[in-house]
Amino acid sequence: MAEFDQSKIRNFCIVAHIDHGKSTLADRMIETTGVLTSREMQNQVLDNMDIERERGITIKSQAVRMVYKAKDGEEYVFNMIDTPGHVDFGYEVSRSLAACDGAILVVDATQGVEAQTLANVYLALDHDLDVFPVINKIDLPSARPDEVKEEIEDVIGIEAHDAPLVSAKLGTGIEDVLENVVTKIPAPKGDSTAPLKALIFDSVYDSYRGVIVFVRVRDGVLKKGMTAKCMASGASWEVVEVGYFGPGQFIPCDELSAGSVGYFTASIKNIQDARVGDTVTDADKPCEEALPGYKKVMPMVYCGLYPADTAKYPELRDALEKLQLNDASLFYEPETSQALGFGFRAGFLGLLHLEVIQERLEREYNLDLVTTAPGVVYKVYKTDGTVFDLTNPANLPDPSEIEYMEEPIVNGEIMVTTDYVGSIMQLCQERRGKYISTEYIEATRAVLKYELPLNEIIYDFFDALKSRSRGYASFDYEIKGYERSELVKLDILINHEQVDALSFIVHKDGAYERGRKMCEKLKGEIPRHLFEIPIQAAVGGKIIARETVKAMRKDVLAKCYGGDISRKRKLLEKQKEGKKKMRQIGSVEIPQQAFLSVLKLDEGN
Amino acid sequence: MNKIGLYIHIPFCIQKCLYCDFLSFPEGKKQQALYFDALKNEILCSKEECKEYEVDTIFIGGGTPTAVAPDEIANMMKLIRDNYNVLDDAEITMECNPGTIGAGADAMKLYFDAGINRISIGLQSANDKELKLLGRIHNRQQFEECYRNVRAAGFLNVNVDLMGALPGQSISDYEDNLNYVLSLDPPPEHISAYSLIIEEGTPFYEMYGEKTESIDSAGSISEGALPLPDEDTERDMYHRTKDILSENGYHRYEISNYAKDKFECAHNVRYWKCREYLGFGLGAASLMKGRRFSNTRVLSEYTKSLLDEGEGVAGIRRDEEILDDNAMMEEFMFMGLRLIQGVNVNDFYSRFGKEIFDVYGDVIVNLIEKELLVRNGDYLRLTDKGLDVSNYCMAEFLI
Repeated sequence: MAEFDQSKIRNFCIVAHIDHGKSTLADRMIETTGVLTSREMQNQVLDNMDIERERGITIKSQAVRMVYKAKDGEEYVFNMIDTPGHVDFGYEVSRSLAACDGAILVVDATQGVEAQTLANVYLALDHDLDVFPVINKIDLPSARPDEVKEEIEDVIGIEAHDAPLVSAKLGTGIEDVLENVVTKIPAPKGDSTAPLKALIFDSVYDSYRGVIVFVRVRDGVLKKGMTAKCMASGASWEVVEVGYFGPGQFIPCDELSAGSVGYFTASIKNIQDARVGDTVTDADKPCEEALPGYKKVMPMVYCGLYPADTAKYPELRDALEKLQLNDASLFYEPETSQALGFGFRAGFLGLLHLEVIQERLEREYNLDLVTTAPGVVYKVYKTDGTVFDLTNPANLPDPSEIEYMEEPIVNGEIMVTTDYVGSIMQLCQERRGKYISTEYIEATRAVLKYELPLNEIIYDFFDALKSRSRGYASFDYEIKGYERSELVKLDILINHEQVDALSFIVHKDGAYERGRKMCEKLKGEIPRHLFEIPIQAAVGGKIIARETVKAMRKDVLAKCYGGDISRKRKLLEKQKEGKKKMRQIGSVEIPQQAFLSVLKLDEGN
Repeated sequence: MNKIGLYIHIPFCIQKCLYCDFLSFPEGKKQQALYFDALKNEILCSKEECKEYEVDTIFIGGGTPTAVAPDEIANMMKLIRDNYNVLDDAEITMECNPGTIGAGADAMKLYFDAGINRISIGLQSANDKELKLLGRIHNRQQFEECYRNVRAAGFLNVNVDLMGALPGQSISDYEDNLNYVLSLDPPPEHISAYSLIIEEGTPFYEMYGEKTESIDSAGSISEGALPLPDEDTERDMYHRTKDILSENGYHRYEISNYAKDKFECAHNVRYWKCREYLGFGLGAASLMKGRRFSNTRVLSEYTKSLLDEGEGVAGIRRDEEILDDNAMMEEFMFMGLRLIQGVNVNDFYSRFGKEIFDVYGDVIVNLIEKELLVRNGDYLRLTDKGLDVSNYCMAEFLI
């Protein structure tokens, strides 16, 4: 393939609020540029993981190269970099943006501007990207493109009067979008003669080639055979292969020069050595300074992961090992629970990340998991002057050894129609939110700013938000930092035995309510035994709530004759099968379901 | 010669009771006649496979055997006697609903003359209000007439079915029913006393939802329905039954069955001891030569196959399974433990060639420690506490 000079390259991404049609638009653009025939198109080419497709969200960023013959008669190379669509992956988004020179902003013609639209567009502008808007879903009867254009100009402040009107679903207006890419997104301006300077914006693990590193070359040339070095990790390797991204495949080439987007492999064993955000340079002729913005992302949410079948511990370990090859932000270490046996304490970027990993473990590795309540990382300041990060509630020292504790706080922005401002404010209040401000972005819509403790939003905040606003509220947040807080450990005792896997950290004002709800929920989950079982919630050894599972007085089939035997057998087998799925705590058998159900305490409220 | 029991299913009734999940339905005379033709054909077709057996029990159940023309029953009995080795002292039972033609004096004489020697009457309650609530077609007075007819015809072995834990029923309501049955002259030789079970697919299930196992773990009760007694009341009724009946000379020999000495129902004991039986008629189940199977539950399939297609029994038998040793041992335990006497450890050995303690040692020790099971000479039996939670105990014996 002929080499293109930089003026014929366009590196861009698409930013949008979730469900506004980003992936569909990307598909249509790929289709229109003729790289693939319609028959080869999978529904959403960029999203290649099952889970992503089912949830309609993109988790790992990827890139694709397209060749477009523009109306000016010239051929252009488009490098479209797909970004993750969820706040959990904020850092990955920022690195993807840093690899681009411009962005297409997709706005739903019926929904208009939403919280993530704003957050993403500001993020793009922060990275000095040239942004042009596209109005999508104009085929819907409720589409209001003119109002939405106005909204974009008023709320975001970018030019929108000539924004392409698109139905990505039907394929209308795509040509218009492609022309806009040529005219509105600037060409890269790198120096091919300078020492190599390339940004890692993603990486994946391949069992044959090792880590495949996705890069945007800023300056210089990346070629096969050279020694590449990561400036933050310090690791260096001989480059085995360089190439660019065909749709769903890697296409090797000789070199990637300034302005290009592509990949390289170098038999890299450990994905931690080539983390997103790091700068790749030539080990023999390094650039002077690394690209700005590298940071090592830290897990924000932790939970215990245990195999439902205790014998499957080695399988779980192997599976986590494999997943980590592909996911530098997944953290895990072995832990033991009296209730659940051998397992792992695992750290995630957020709850979605946790759910994705959990689903992959269950689906791809066929593991049945018991997950303990997710918690955030607390800072514990001890009376002896030391500080440590608490990721497992079971490790909380005795209260007498604790000076004070801190919990992570986020800056949250909730965009909501004015009708629901009241109920959303109430929700934030209930979640210990600190009110900051309300901004009306138009007559009927407001942005509420709150500082919220992270541990109040990791469970079911999104769901609560949606249900209290009939789906109209959208939410975005970033970590603000740690603040001192009155936190206590809530313990659950079943038949007077503390169940470590059910302990968690909670604000002292919420302890009673939480304890009461947990006892109630557990009462419904623990089957009756031959004896009475007290379920108690305790803080610092003091019982604050109690429920009792009554003893089973009767478990009889009154009638059983010849024709009833098959049915009777099935009933007994079901009973026995149910027992197998129980965890033994002292003399009480607890269904695994019980450990999961306490994660969803607010359900049905 | 090996012994076998015969079960004959009569799937007809005047109307479905609200709690009933048996295979039965109202049907016209023509269909009934057709059914008996098919049934007789089935009886003849099975003659060969029963050649090496002696029949020592017969049970005619339903549905409602007394809802069909009494002649049909008499003719069928003759056919069986003519073609099978029915022992002279065989126990031959027929179920009877007091509100049907077959409960009359003449019909009873006919049954008696046909060789039937045990009548099982479905009374369920002696309280007309309760009978109505259950959707029964008879009242207490009709039962009394029926009972007189049964005795007058010469039956010396009579069972009365009674039901407890009815909606709105108190313990004293229930005891009244029990005492009424004991006041009959002469009192029945056998009493079956069941707690009402809310079975899926019955009108009661619609009203009360699923709570067969633990009555007070409640679903929603539909409006206007009387509440079911809670679990404690139900258990109290159960324990009162045993006490009152034992004071009156009946011993509990199975979870829900009570009899005067030597009047235990031999046919039903056969089920609990996993002995062989062959079922005739729609949906009837069989256990024979290590195989379990049941007949089709579709009336048109049953009659068509036996009458038009001449396929014999092969065309109507369904769900055949060959029981391996483990399955047989499991059933031997979970059925056998329904008997108050329990299971005989020597019977276990002679049947399976293995010591019961080699197979079930841990389970037995565990249940004995929990005081749910006890060893009494050659028998292992559930304690009263064990009987209350018998499903829990029996599930342990699944391998």
